[in-house]
Amino acid sequence: MIIKNSFYLLAIFLIMSFSFSSCTTVKAYQKGKLNDAEMVLGSRKIQKSEMSFQSYREGASGVNGGKTGGGCGCN
Amino acid sequence: MKRICLVLVGLYLILLSSFAQTKPSQDSIEYKSRKLVLEEVNFVSSYYHQDGNNSSVTGGIGTQKLSDFANIIDIKFAKYDKRYRKHTFTLEGGIDTYSSASSDKIDLTANSSASSHDIRYYPSVSWLVENDKKRTSFGINASASKEFDYQSFGLGISFSKKSIDNNREVGFKAQAYLDQVSLILPIELRTSSNSRGEHDDYPTSSRNSFSSSFTYSQIVNQKLQLLFLLDLAWQKGFLSLPFHRVYMNNNTVHSEVLPSSRFKIPIGLRANYFLGDKIVIRSFYRFYQDDWGLTSHSVDLETAIKITPFISVSPFYRYYRQSAIKYFEPYQSHLPADKYYTSNYDLSKFDSHFIGAGFRIAPPSGIFGNPHFSMIEIRYGHYLRSTNFNSNIISLNLKFK
Repeated sequence: MIIKNSFYLLAIFLIMSFSFSSCTTVKAYQKGKLNDAEMVLGSRKIQKSEMSFQSYREGASGVNGGKTGGGCGCN
Repeated sequence: MKRICLVLVGLYLILLSSFAQTKPSQDSIEYKSRKLVLEEVNFVSSYYHQDGNNSSVTGGIGTQKLSDFANIIDIKFAKYDKRYRKHTFTLEGGIDTYSSASSDKIDLTANSSASSHDIRYYPSVSWLVENDKKRTSFGINASASKEFDYQSFGLGISFSKKSIDNNREVGFKAQAYLDQVSLILPIELRTSSNSRGEHDDYPTSSRNSFSSSFTYSQIVNQKLQLLFLLDLAWQKGFLSLPFHRVYMNNNTVHSEVLPSSRFKIPIGLRANYFLGDKIVIRSFYRFYQDDWGLTSHSVDLETAIKITPFISVSPFYRYYRQSAIKYFEPYQSHLPADKYYTSNYDLSKFDSHFIGAGFRIAPPSGIFGNPHFSMIEIRYGHYLRSTNFNSNIISLNLKFK
Protein backbone atom coordinates (compact mmCIF):
# COMPACT_ATOMS: atom_id res chain seq x y z
CA MET A 1 0.00 0.00 0.00
CA ILE A 2 2.83 2.39 0.92
CA ILE A 3 4.69 1.53 -2.32
CA LYS A 4 1.52 2.04 -4.38
CA ASN A 5 0.75 5.40 -2.76
CA SER A 6 4.37 6.50 -3.22
CA PHE A 7 3.99 5.72 -6.93
CA TYR A 8 1.08 8.15 -7.27
CA LEU A 9 2.92 10.86 -5.36
CA LEU A 10 6.04 10.31 -7.53
CA ALA A 11 3.90 10.56 -10.67
CA ILE A 12 2.50 13.90 -9.52
CA PHE A 13 6.01 15.14 -8.67
CA LEU A 14 7.30 14.15 -12.15
CA ILE A 15 4.40 15.98 -13.83
CA MET A 16 5.27 19.05 -11.76
CA SER A 17 8.96 18.83 -12.76
CA PHE A 18 8.23 18.46 -16.49
CA SER A 19 5.78 21.32 -16.46
CA PHE A 20 8.28 23.64 -14.75
CA SER A 21 11.01 22.84 -17.30
CA SER A 22 8.76 23.62 -20.29
CA CYS A 23 7.30 26.89 -18.95
CA THR A 24 7.51 30.07 -21.02
CA THR A 25 6.87 33.58 -19.72
CA VAL A 26 3.50 34.75 -21.00
CA LYS A 27 3.00 38.52 -21.08
CA ALA A 28 -0.31 40.17 -20.17
CA TYR A 29 -1.26 40.92 -23.81
CA GLN A 30 -0.71 37.23 -24.70
CA LYS A 31 -3.18 35.94 -22.09
CA GLY A 32 -6.30 36.20 -24.21
CA LYS A 33 -7.01 32.46 -24.08
CA LEU A 34 -5.79 32.01 -20.51
CA ASN A 35 -8.23 34.69 -19.32
CA ASP A 36 -11.23 32.96 -20.91
CA ALA A 37 -14.01 32.22 -18.39
CA GLU A 38 -13.79 28.48 -19.21
CA MET A 39 -10.08 28.43 -18.28
CA VAL A 40 -10.55 29.32 -14.61
CA LEU A 41 -8.53 26.94 -12.43
CA GLY A 42 -11.18 25.84 -9.98
CA SER A 43 -14.73 24.66 -9.55
CA ARG A 44 -17.49 26.97 -10.71
CA LYS A 45 -20.37 28.22 -8.56
CA ILE A 46 -22.84 25.96 -10.36
CA GLN A 47 -20.85 22.94 -9.12
CA LYS A 48 -21.34 23.82 -5.43
CA SER A 49 -24.26 21.41 -4.85
CA GLU A 50 -22.48 18.64 -6.79
CA MET A 51 -19.46 18.93 -4.47
CA SER A 52 -21.81 18.97 -1.51
CA PHE A 53 -23.56 15.68 -2.42
CA GLN A 54 -20.17 14.10 -3.22
CA SER A 55 -18.86 14.99 0.25
CA TYR A 56 -21.96 13.35 1.79
CA ARG A 57 -22.00 10.23 -0.40
CA GLU A 58 -18.24 9.56 -0.61
CA GLY A 59 -15.55 9.07 2.04
CA ALA A 60 -13.02 11.45 0.46
CA SER A 61 -13.13 15.24 0.39
CA GLY A 62 -10.89 18.24 -0.19
CA VAL A 63 -8.75 20.05 -2.83
CA ASN A 64 -11.78 20.52 -5.07
CA GLY A 65 -12.94 23.87 -3.71
CA GLY A 66 -15.30 22.25 -1.20
CA LYS A 67 -14.80 21.41 2.45
CA THR A 68 -12.09 19.00 3.57
CA GLY A 69 -14.05 18.18 6.71
CA GLY A 70 -16.59 19.68 9.07
CA GLY A 71 -19.20 22.35 8.44
CA CYS A 72 -21.90 19.75 7.79
CA GLY A 73 -23.05 16.31 8.89
CA CYS A 74 -21.05 14.81 6.04
CA ASN A 75 -17.96 12.58 5.85
CA MET B 1 -6.35 101.35 -19.39
CA LYS B 2 -8.93 98.92 -18.06
CA ARG B 3 -9.20 97.31 -21.47
CA ILE B 4 -5.38 96.91 -21.74
CA CYS B 5 -5.31 95.22 -18.29
CA LEU B 6 -8.07 92.80 -19.26
CA VAL B 7 -6.24 91.97 -22.51
CA LEU B 8 -3.01 91.35 -20.58
CA VAL B 9 -4.84 89.11 -18.07
CA GLY B 10 -6.42 87.20 -20.96
CA LEU B 11 -3.03 86.73 -22.67
CA TYR B 12 -1.53 85.57 -19.39
CA LEU B 13 -4.30 82.98 -18.93
CA ILE B 14 -3.82 81.71 -22.51
CA LEU B 15 -0.10 81.37 -21.80
CA LEU B 16 -0.80 79.38 -18.65
CA SER B 17 -3.20 76.99 -20.38
CA SER B 18 -0.63 76.17 -23.08
CA PHE B 19 1.59 74.70 -20.33
CA ALA B 20 -1.32 72.94 -18.56
CA GLN B 21 -0.86 69.74 -20.55
CA THR B 22 1.86 67.79 -18.79
CA LYS B 23 3.36 64.51 -19.85
CA PRO B 24 1.68 61.60 -18.09
CA SER B 25 4.05 60.16 -15.50
CA GLN B 26 5.26 56.69 -16.31
CA ASP B 27 3.71 55.19 -13.18
CA SER B 28 0.33 56.93 -13.43
CA ILE B 29 -2.54 54.71 -12.26
CA GLU B 30 -5.92 54.51 -13.94
CA TYR B 31 -8.57 56.19 -11.80
CA LYS B 32 -10.43 53.71 -9.57
CA SER B 33 -13.53 54.72 -7.68
CA ARG B 34 -13.29 54.52 -3.89
CA LYS B 35 -17.04 54.07 -3.54
CA LEU B 36 -18.45 50.74 -2.47
CA VAL B 37 -20.04 49.27 -5.60
CA LEU B 38 -22.14 46.18 -6.17
CA GLU B 39 -19.94 44.04 -8.37
CA GLU B 40 -21.82 40.79 -8.88
CA VAL B 41 -24.85 38.79 -7.72
CA ASN B 42 -25.18 35.03 -8.27
CA PHE B 43 -28.23 32.83 -7.79
CA VAL B 44 -27.59 29.09 -7.78
CA SER B 45 -30.45 26.59 -7.49
CA SER B 46 -30.10 22.82 -7.53
CA TYR B 47 -32.48 19.90 -7.34
CA TYR B 48 -31.00 16.58 -6.25
CA HIS B 49 -32.67 13.17 -6.02
CA GLN B 50 -31.09 9.87 -5.01
CA ASP B 51 -32.14 6.26 -4.48
CA GLY B 52 -30.48 3.06 -3.30
CA ASN B 53 -30.95 0.12 -0.93
CA ASN B 54 -28.18 0.42 1.64
CA SER B 55 -29.44 2.97 4.11
CA SER B 56 -27.14 3.45 7.12
CA VAL B 57 -30.13 4.47 9.26
CA THR B 58 -31.46 0.91 8.96
CA GLY B 59 -28.10 -0.85 9.30
CA GLY B 60 -26.96 -1.00 5.66
CA ILE B 61 -30.27 -2.15 4.17
CA GLY B 62 -33.39 -0.27 3.15
CA THR B 63 -34.30 2.71 1.03
CA GLN B 64 -31.93 5.64 0.52
CA LYS B 65 -34.53 7.75 -1.27
CA LEU B 66 -33.85 11.45 -0.70
CA SER B 67 -34.63 14.74 -2.42
CA ASP B 68 -32.91 18.06 -1.81
CA PHE B 69 -33.68 21.53 -3.15
CA ALA B 70 -30.78 23.92 -2.56
CA ASN B 71 -30.78 27.67 -3.14
CA ILE B 72 -27.80 29.95 -2.72
CA ILE B 73 -27.42 33.68 -3.29
CA ASP B 74 -24.09 35.46 -3.10
CA ILE B 75 -23.59 39.20 -3.35
CA LYS B 76 -20.20 40.75 -4.00
CA PHE B 77 -19.27 44.38 -3.21
CA ALA B 78 -15.95 46.01 -4.02
CA LYS B 79 -14.13 49.27 -3.32
CA TYR B 80 -10.63 50.69 -3.59
CA ASP B 81 -8.83 52.39 -0.73
CA LYS B 82 -6.36 55.30 -0.75
CA ARG B 83 -3.49 52.93 -1.59
CA TYR B 84 -5.41 51.47 -4.58
CA ARG B 85 -5.93 48.13 -2.83
CA LYS B 86 -9.14 46.39 -3.84
CA HIS B 87 -11.43 45.30 -1.01
CA THR B 88 -14.04 42.68 -1.90
CA PHE B 89 -16.87 41.83 0.50
CA THR B 90 -18.94 38.73 -0.24
CA LEU B 91 -22.19 37.87 1.53
CA GLU B 92 -23.62 34.43 0.90
CA GLY B 93 -26.81 32.81 2.11
CA GLY B 94 -27.93 29.25 1.43
CA ILE B 95 -31.01 27.22 2.27
CA ASP B 96 -31.50 23.49 1.61
CA THR B 97 -34.87 21.79 1.96
CA TYR B 98 -34.62 18.03 1.98
CA SER B 99 -36.84 15.05 2.53
CA SER B 100 -35.42 11.63 3.33
CA ALA B 101 -37.12 8.26 3.43
CA SER B 102 -34.21 6.78 5.41
CA SER B 103 -34.07 9.54 8.06
CA ASP B 104 -37.78 8.83 8.52
CA LYS B 105 -36.71 5.40 9.86
CA ILE B 106 -34.98 6.79 12.93
CA ASP B 107 -38.28 5.86 14.53
CA LEU B 108 -39.13 2.49 12.95
CA THR B 109 -42.65 2.47 14.37
CA ALA B 110 -43.81 5.84 13.03
CA ASN B 111 -45.53 6.08 9.62
CA SER B 112 -43.93 9.47 9.18
CA SER B 113 -41.87 11.26 11.78
CA ALA B 114 -40.43 14.78 12.10
CA SER B 115 -37.05 13.44 10.90
CA SER B 116 -38.49 12.71 7.42
CA HIS B 117 -37.69 16.26 6.30
CA ASP B 118 -35.50 19.14 7.40
CA ILE B 119 -34.21 22.57 6.40
CA ARG B 120 -30.57 23.62 6.51
CA TYR B 121 -29.48 27.27 6.64
CA TYR B 122 -25.87 28.29 5.88
CA PRO B 123 -24.84 31.95 5.71
CA SER B 124 -21.25 33.16 5.28
CA VAL B 125 -19.29 36.41 4.90
CA SER B 126 -15.80 37.02 3.53
CA TRP B 127 -13.41 39.96 3.05
CA LEU B 128 -10.55 39.90 0.54
CA VAL B 129 -7.87 42.60 0.10
CA GLU B 130 -5.88 42.57 -3.16
CA ASN B 131 -2.73 44.64 -3.62
CA ASP B 132 -1.76 44.81 -7.31
CA LYS B 133 1.49 46.65 -6.51
CA LYS B 134 2.76 43.92 -4.17
CA ARG B 135 0.89 41.18 -6.09
CA THR B 136 -0.61 39.83 -2.84
CA SER B 137 -4.07 39.08 -1.53
CA PHE B 138 -5.27 38.44 2.00
CA GLY B 139 -8.71 37.24 3.09
CA ILE B 140 -10.78 36.18 6.07
CA ASN B 141 -14.13 34.39 6.19
CA ALA B 142 -16.76 33.31 8.69
CA SER B 143 -19.60 30.85 8.18
CA ALA B 144 -22.41 29.08 10.00
CA SER B 145 -24.69 26.13 9.30
CA LYS B 146 -27.81 25.01 11.13
CA GLU B 147 -30.02 21.96 10.66
CA PHE B 148 -32.08 20.01 13.15
CA ASP B 149 -29.29 17.70 14.34
CA TYR B 150 -26.16 19.67 13.39
CA GLN B 151 -24.78 23.13 14.08
CA SER B 152 -21.52 24.55 12.72
CA PHE B 153 -19.41 27.71 13.01
CA GLY B 154 -16.45 28.22 10.71
CA LEU B 155 -13.53 30.67 10.49
CA GLY B 156 -10.82 30.90 7.87
CA ILE B 157 -7.94 32.97 6.55
CA SER B 158 -6.18 32.97 3.18
CA PHE B 159 -3.06 34.49 1.63
CA SER B 160 -1.60 34.40 -1.88
CA LYS B 161 1.30 35.96 -3.79
CA LYS B 162 2.04 36.15 -7.51
CA SER B 163 5.42 36.21 -9.21
CA ILE B 164 6.76 39.41 -10.83
CA ASP B 165 5.68 38.22 -14.29
CA ASN B 166 2.24 37.11 -12.93
CA ASN B 167 2.83 33.61 -14.33
CA ARG B 168 2.98 31.86 -10.94
CA GLU B 169 0.99 32.11 -7.73
CA VAL B 170 1.34 30.43 -4.36
CA GLY B 171 -1.49 30.35 -1.86
CA PHE B 172 -2.20 29.26 1.68
CA LYS B 173 -5.53 28.82 3.51
CA ALA B 174 -6.40 27.76 7.04
CA GLN B 175 -9.94 26.81 8.04
CA ALA B 176 -11.56 25.71 11.31
CA TYR B 177 -15.08 24.39 11.91
CA LEU B 178 -16.41 24.13 15.46
CA ASP B 179 -19.48 21.90 15.25
CA GLN B 180 -22.08 20.40 17.57
CA VAL B 181 -23.79 17.07 16.77
CA SER B 182 -27.16 16.38 18.39
CA LEU B 183 -27.15 12.87 19.81
CA ILE B 184 -30.40 11.55 18.34
CA LEU B 185 -30.35 7.77 18.78
CA PRO B 186 -32.62 5.28 16.98
CA ILE B 187 -35.90 5.04 18.90
CA GLU B 188 -35.27 1.53 20.24
CA LEU B 189 -31.89 2.52 21.74
CA ARG B 190 -33.18 5.48 23.73
CA THR B 191 -33.34 5.28 27.51
CA SER B 192 -34.52 7.86 30.01
CA SER B 193 -30.91 9.12 30.37
CA ASN B 194 -30.14 9.70 26.65
CA SER B 195 -33.46 10.99 25.39
CA ARG B 196 -35.93 13.72 26.18
CA GLY B 197 -38.50 12.83 23.50
CA GLU B 198 -38.82 13.91 19.89
CA HIS B 199 -39.57 17.59 20.42
CA ASP B 200 -37.34 18.32 23.43
CA ASP B 201 -33.63 19.21 23.51
CA TYR B 202 -31.23 16.38 22.74
CA PRO B 203 -27.77 16.13 24.30
CA THR B 204 -24.96 17.28 21.99
CA SER B 205 -21.30 16.46 21.42
CA SER B 206 -18.60 18.51 19.71
CA ARG B 207 -16.90 17.80 16.39
CA ASN B 208 -13.99 20.12 15.50
CA SER B 209 -12.25 20.20 12.12
CA PHE B 210 -9.03 22.01 11.20
CA SER B 211 -7.54 22.15 7.72
CA SER B 212 -4.78 23.91 5.86
CA SER B 213 -4.49 24.20 2.07
CA PHE B 214 -1.44 24.91 -0.09
CA THR B 215 -1.78 25.81 -3.75
CA TYR B 216 0.66 26.53 -6.57
CA SER B 217 -0.50 27.69 -9.99
CA GLN B 218 1.73 27.89 -13.04
CA ILE B 219 1.13 29.26 -16.54
CA VAL B 220 2.99 26.87 -18.85
CA ASN B 221 2.32 28.65 -22.15
CA GLN B 222 -0.38 30.73 -23.85
CA LYS B 223 -2.81 27.79 -23.83
CA LEU B 224 -2.00 25.70 -20.75
CA GLN B 225 -2.08 26.37 -17.03
CA LEU B 226 -1.72 24.05 -14.05
CA LEU B 227 -2.74 24.12 -10.40
CA PHE B 228 -1.29 21.89 -7.68
CA LEU B 229 -3.21 21.51 -4.42
CA LEU B 230 -2.46 19.92 -1.07
CA ASP B 231 -4.75 19.86 1.96
CA LEU B 232 -4.00 18.63 5.46
CA ALA B 233 -7.10 18.10 7.60
CA TRP B 234 -7.64 16.84 11.14
CA GLN B 235 -10.96 16.18 12.81
CA LYS B 236 -11.56 15.52 16.49
CA GLY B 237 -14.67 14.75 18.50
CA PHE B 238 -17.87 12.85 17.76
CA LEU B 239 -17.21 11.73 14.18
CA SER B 240 -20.02 9.20 13.71
CA LEU B 241 -23.76 9.86 13.36
CA PRO B 242 -25.77 8.54 16.33
CA PHE B 243 -28.89 7.55 14.33
CA HIS B 244 -26.89 5.20 12.07
CA ARG B 245 -27.72 1.64 13.13
CA VAL B 246 -25.30 -1.29 13.08
CA TYR B 247 -26.62 -4.85 13.29
CA MET B 248 -24.07 -7.31 14.66
CA ASN B 249 -23.79 -10.96 13.58
CA ASN B 250 -25.65 -11.97 16.76
CA ASN B 251 -28.73 -9.88 15.73
CA THR B 252 -28.14 -7.16 18.34
CA VAL B 253 -28.47 -3.53 17.21
CA HIS B 254 -26.16 -0.67 18.16
CA SER B 255 -25.53 2.94 17.26
CA GLU B 256 -22.55 3.50 14.93
CA VAL B 257 -19.20 4.00 16.76
CA LEU B 258 -16.18 5.50 15.00
CA PRO B 259 -12.80 6.79 16.31
CA SER B 260 -12.68 10.28 17.82
CA SER B 261 -9.98 11.55 15.48
CA ARG B 262 -9.35 11.45 11.73
CA PHE B 263 -6.40 12.76 9.70
CA LYS B 264 -6.91 13.36 5.96
CA ILE B 265 -4.50 14.13 3.13
CA PRO B 266 -5.96 14.94 -0.28
CA ILE B 267 -3.60 16.06 -3.05
CA GLY B 268 -4.80 17.31 -6.40
CA LEU B 269 -3.79 18.53 -9.83
CA ARG B 270 -5.82 20.69 -12.23
CA ALA B 271 -4.84 21.27 -15.84
CA ASN B 272 -6.75 23.50 -18.27
CA TYR B 273 -5.82 23.56 -21.95
CA PHE B 274 -7.22 25.69 -24.78
CA LEU B 275 -7.29 23.38 -27.80
CA GLY B 276 -7.46 25.30 -31.07
CA ASP B 277 -9.88 28.22 -30.95
CA LYS B 278 -13.08 26.60 -29.76
CA ILE B 279 -12.37 23.85 -27.21
CA VAL B 280 -11.24 24.11 -23.59
CA ILE B 281 -10.24 20.89 -21.84
CA ARG B 282 -10.57 21.04 -18.04
CA SER B 283 -9.10 18.14 -16.08
CA PHE B 284 -8.72 17.30 -12.41
CA TYR B 285 -7.12 14.42 -10.51
CA ARG B 286 -7.27 13.84 -6.75
CA PHE B 287 -5.52 11.26 -4.61
CA TYR B 288 -6.85 10.94 -1.05
CA GLN B 289 -5.76 8.98 1.99
CA ASP B 290 -6.74 9.06 5.66
CA ASP B 291 -5.89 7.17 8.85
CA TRP B 292 -9.20 5.27 8.83
CA GLY B 293 -7.79 3.23 5.96
CA LEU B 294 -9.66 4.95 3.12
CA THR B 295 -7.75 5.57 -0.09
CA SER B 296 -9.39 7.05 -3.16
CA HIS B 297 -8.75 8.31 -6.67
CA SER B 298 -10.90 10.80 -8.50
CA VAL B 299 -10.57 11.85 -12.15
CA ASP B 300 -12.66 14.62 -13.75
CA LEU B 301 -12.67 15.52 -17.41
CA GLU B 302 -14.76 18.33 -18.90
CA THR B 303 -14.67 19.68 -22.44
CA ALA B 304 -16.11 23.14 -23.02
CA ILE B 305 -17.06 23.50 -26.69
CA LYS B 306 -17.53 27.12 -27.74
CA ILE B 307 -20.35 27.17 -30.26
CA THR B 308 -19.87 30.96 -30.42
CA PRO B 309 -17.49 33.08 -28.27
CA PHE B 310 -20.38 33.54 -25.81
CA ILE B 311 -22.22 30.19 -25.92
CA SER B 312 -20.63 26.94 -24.80
CA VAL B 313 -21.66 23.34 -24.18
CA SER B 314 -19.63 21.33 -21.66
CA PRO B 315 -20.02 17.55 -21.47
CA PHE B 316 -18.22 16.07 -18.44
CA TYR B 317 -17.30 12.74 -16.89
CA ARG B 318 -16.00 11.91 -13.42
CA TYR B 319 -14.69 8.54 -12.25
CA TYR B 320 -14.23 7.89 -8.53
CA ARG B 321 -12.91 4.86 -6.73
CA GLN B 322 -12.42 4.30 -3.00
CA SER B 323 -11.42 1.51 -0.64
CA ALA B 324 -13.45 0.81 2.50
CA ILE B 325 -12.48 2.19 5.89
CA LYS B 326 -11.15 -0.34 8.44
CA TYR B 327 -14.38 -0.21 10.46
CA PHE B 328 -16.95 -0.98 7.75
CA GLU B 329 -18.90 -4.23 7.47
CA PRO B 330 -22.26 -4.90 5.78
CA TYR B 331 -25.51 -5.75 7.56
CA GLN B 332 -25.13 -8.38 10.32
CA SER B 333 -21.41 -8.86 9.67
CA HIS B 334 -19.81 -7.02 12.59
CA LEU B 335 -18.56 -8.95 15.59
CA PRO B 336 -19.92 -7.93 19.02
CA ALA B 337 -16.31 -7.52 20.23
CA ASP B 338 -15.48 -4.88 17.54
CA LYS B 339 -14.41 -1.59 19.12
CA TYR B 340 -15.43 0.58 16.13
CA TYR B 341 -18.19 -0.34 13.66
CA THR B 342 -20.27 1.15 10.87
CA SER B 343 -22.51 -0.12 8.07
CA ASN B 344 -22.52 3.23 6.25
CA TYR B 345 -22.03 2.37 2.57
CA ASP B 346 -20.63 5.87 1.92
CA LEU B 347 -17.50 4.54 3.69
CA SER B 348 -17.47 1.15 1.91
CA LYS B 349 -15.45 0.04 -1.11
CA PHE B 350 -17.03 1.21 -4.37
CA ASP B 351 -16.49 3.01 -7.61
CA SER B 352 -18.76 5.54 -9.24
CA HIS B 353 -19.39 7.35 -12.51
CA PHE B 354 -20.78 10.85 -12.80
CA ILE B 355 -21.70 11.96 -16.29
CA GLY B 356 -23.54 14.97 -17.65
CA ALA B 357 -23.37 18.25 -19.51
CA GLY B 358 -23.64 21.97 -18.99
CA PHE B 359 -24.83 24.83 -21.18
CA ARG B 360 -23.61 28.39 -20.69
CA ILE B 361 -24.56 31.64 -22.37
CA ALA B 362 -22.87 34.98 -21.55
CA PRO B 363 -23.36 37.56 -24.35
CA PRO B 364 -21.54 40.91 -23.92
CA SER B 365 -24.82 42.82 -24.37
CA GLY B 366 -26.47 40.73 -21.63
CA ILE B 367 -29.25 38.15 -21.61
CA PHE B 368 -32.36 39.42 -23.48
CA GLY B 369 -30.39 42.65 -24.13
CA ASN B 370 -30.23 43.48 -20.39
CA PRO B 371 -26.59 44.49 -19.66
CA HIS B 372 -27.01 43.69 -15.93
CA PHE B 373 -28.16 40.10 -16.57
CA SER B 374 -24.80 38.77 -17.70
CA MET B 375 -24.95 34.96 -17.68
CA ILE B 376 -27.15 31.86 -17.52
CA GLU B 377 -25.67 28.44 -16.92
CA ILE B 378 -27.53 25.14 -16.57
CA ARG B 379 -25.95 21.79 -15.73
CA TYR B 380 -27.25 18.22 -15.36
CA GLY B 381 -25.47 15.15 -14.02
CA HIS B 382 -26.29 11.47 -13.42
CA TYR B 383 -24.38 9.62 -10.69
CA LEU B 384 -24.10 5.84 -10.62
CA ARG B 385 -22.39 3.90 -7.82
CA SER B 386 -21.41 0.23 -7.81
CA THR B 387 -23.38 -0.31 -4.57
CA ASN B 388 -26.69 -0.05 -6.47
CA PHE B 389 -27.01 3.62 -5.69
CA ASN B 390 -27.86 6.34 -8.20
CA SER B 391 -28.73 10.01 -8.19
CA ASN B 392 -29.54 12.91 -10.50
CA ILE B 393 -28.80 16.60 -10.05
CA ILE B 394 -29.78 19.62 -12.09
CA SER B 395 -28.42 23.10 -11.32
CA LEU B 396 -29.02 26.62 -12.54
CA ASN B 397 -26.77 29.68 -12.13
CA LEU B 398 -27.91 33.22 -12.92
CA LYS B 399 -25.31 35.99 -12.78
CA PHE B 400 -26.03 39.71 -12.54
CA LYS B 401 -23.48 42.53 -12.74
